[in-house]
Amino acid sequence: MAALTEEQVMLRDAARDWAREKSPVSALRRVRDADLPLGFDPAAWKAMAEMGWPGVLIPEEYGGSAFGYLSLGQILEETGRTLTASPLISTALAVASALMLGGTTEQQAAWLPRIAAGEAIGALAVDEGPRHAPDSIALAATSASDGWTLSGTKTFVLDGMAADIFVVAARTSGPAGQAQGVSLFLVPADAAGVSRKRLKLLDSRGVAQVTFEGTPVGRDALLGPLGGGAPLLEQVLDRARAGVCAEMLGAALQAFETTVDYLKVRVQFGQPIGSFQALQHRAARMFMELELARSAVEAALQAIDAGSPEVPELVSLAKAKMGDTLHLVSNEMIQMHGGIGMTDAHDAGFYLKRARVAEATYGSQSFHKERYARLTGL
Amino acid sequence: MAETEQTDPDAFRAEARAWLEANFPPALKNAGPPRVDENEVPTPDRELWRKRMGEKGWGVPTWPTQYGGGGLSPEQSRIVQQELARLGAYNPIGGMGVMMFGPTLLEYGTPEQKARHIPPIVRADIRWCQGFSEPGAGSDLASLQTKAEDKGDHWLVNGQKVWTSGAQWADWCFCLVRTDATRKHAGISFVIFDMKTPGVEVRPIRLISGASPFCETFLTDVKVPKANLVGPLNGGWDVAKRLLQHERTSISGGSAASGSAPGGSLKDLAERYVGVDADGRIADADLRLRILNNEMEARIFQQTALRIMLEAKSNAGPSLASSILKNAGTRVGQERAELAVEIMGHQGLGWEGDSFSPGELQVGRALLYTKAFTIYGGSQEVQSNIISKRVLGLPDPPGAA
Repeated sequence: MAALTEEQVMLRDAARDWAREKSPVSALRRVRDADLPLGFDPAAWKAMAEMGWPGVLIPEEYGGSAFGYLSLGQILEETGRTLTASPLISTALAVASALMLGGTTEQQAAWLPRIAAGEAIGALAVDEGPRHAPDSIALAATSASDGWTLSGTKTFVLDGMAADIFVVAARTSGPAGQAQGVSLFLVPADAAGVSRKRLKLLDSRGVAQVTFEGTPVGRDALLGPLGGGAPLLEQVLDRARAGVCAEMLGAALQAFETTVDYLKVRVQFGQPIGSFQALQHRAARMFMELELARSAVEAALQAIDAGSPEVPELVSLAKAKMGDTLHLVSNEMIQMHGGIGMTDAHDAGFYLKRARVAEATYGSQSFHKERYARLTGL
Repeated sequence: MAETEQTDPDAFRAEARAWLEANFPPALKNAGPPRVDENEVPTPDRELWRKRMGEKGWGVPTWPTQYGGGGLSPEQSRIVQQELARLGAYNPIGGMGVMMFGPTLLEYGTPEQKARHIPPIVRADIRWCQGFSEPGAGSDLASLQTKAEDKGDHWLVNGQKVWTSGAQWADWCFCLVRTDATRKHAGISFVIFDMKTPGVEVRPIRLISGASPFCETFLTDVKVPKANLVGPLNGGWDVAKRLLQHERTSISGGSAASGSAPGGSLKDLAERYVGVDADGRIADADLRLRILNNEMEARIFQQTALRIMLEAKSNAGPSLASSILKNAGTRVGQERAELAVEIMGHQGLGWEGDSFSPGELQVGRALLYTKAFTIYGGSQEVQSNIISKRVLGLPDPPGAA
């Protein structure tokens, strides 16, 4: 893995210990079985906040530690290993990044300290259809005397059930499909006309469909430039995508290691099945893909920290590669475990379910391959 | 030269740039290195460039200055490579001496052996070949049978080697021989000898690509001086394993970059031979996607090679990730070679004749030649075995030694 600073090593080790001891896969199983409406355990989120994780990106003046994206990636990789459900990506990554990149001083002062302290949960409301399509924002923001009125529905909003504040991508002018005319708004969840419906997905997390019915927002709710919010949205999404990649890397690594451990102990035909070359070479291939994926994920996080102009293409490279790799490993985890992997009692199914949702989150492999092609002129 | 260790990167870059601009013959810009599988007579410019880089030691930038190397830090070495690329210059110091034998001898050789053999490698004055594989010892290399008998003041070597790359042009050979027939791995020694020694006979092997980069090498009563043993007696397997690591690293890097067509990227090639649609995209959706996948994998391979280099620097040891480099690099390179031919259609399938440009002919030959990537230097399957056993700790397959 990348050469880490002392802080990053400490964050990673703390996250690893906490995830193993306090938030193993059985914790997600409890979230699912108890049918927790938020899609995560509030006590776990409180513990994460006490360790300062929601503020890892946030400047010190607002109560954060400003350690950067590779640092947050270390935490997400470790919580990803145990499939920990939490609003870390939507709050500490997506919404905090939106505020840091596009927020006014007032907006930052109002929300960043609360996010850093774990007192406010944020969610990014982008998509309006079944597939990730940030180029097709249609939700209407019509001009009103004192600001705008939002009308429309956002769907598959990560942690939308728990959110106190939404960053909503809306259209202030122009037709859907046009970059010009997109604006971002900060909308409190308790604003008039906001309603949400839980969408129960395979991975048991708290995804929501959020409807805005004539929701009034003031001028101070505009986040970033009026009508010019599309580039800001892409920047925010790229940061969120890189975080999802780090979480996926952790999940894939743990799925792989659990599988290799099983190959060593499961005996058939009088041998551990891991002694069979047919399985060994598939395991070796997974190891190779994981190492390659790690390079892409770390390069994307480092590029964000460095302010590189190549962030968009590096993030798409990472999301595509990480998606393909997690897809492979989650399938092999089931296949190599055989029948036991098909049972709900085993963890393998949780990895497969999380894998498919994470692959689709903020753009699937095909979305990011096409985006990489466009960005590199292919 | 030790002074450069102290200078800051920007100052070193300026120094490197100035030296390279003053010494690289401009006529060689973008000419690329000479083909190693042809015994072409080098042009005066190529000879001059080789001599200058050899004297400077920058062909092997990180090797110790004591033996003529550049004595540079890895970071400075990277700067030299970047500046070479900026000028369109190639590194004229290469071959098996640089890639494989030199680094191994620096680690295992005696001071006398290093003083004698490293400087000619630094200057690319002599060429080395590798006497490892035998007709009965391919992937199972340690079953080799070429024997070396102790005759008091020398070893008497008898046997046959195969796939000896460049043996017909080589001056010296590093070779694995059996010095103890009762033990498999622990009965192998690593020796070096002059290819002009009586009893060394070389026969080139014609490959499917039409080229003959490999040979059969017959060794009949070849006398090897006792001083030419590298590493301990019967300890040659460890030396060989280290050398093979260097070989894999160089194969992976080289093959990821090779197979690419002359005259630019696959994209440029596709725009020329396939054409573009109204949106400016390659006008064959399936081909475009496969080119895209290859470009993405190539970039991730580069990211991985860089990551491994930085990790090795910070952890003071090779990272586990280095075990994947050969399979990952050859996958990219072979696919690239296939794509280049597919893009060119029938023009990429020419065998010879003036109906095809040299570049087109090269692409077809490369398709054939790159099939060797996943066979030599430890086959793809052997690499997977190594990862399974050494990295993942999976148990030996039933019946394996």
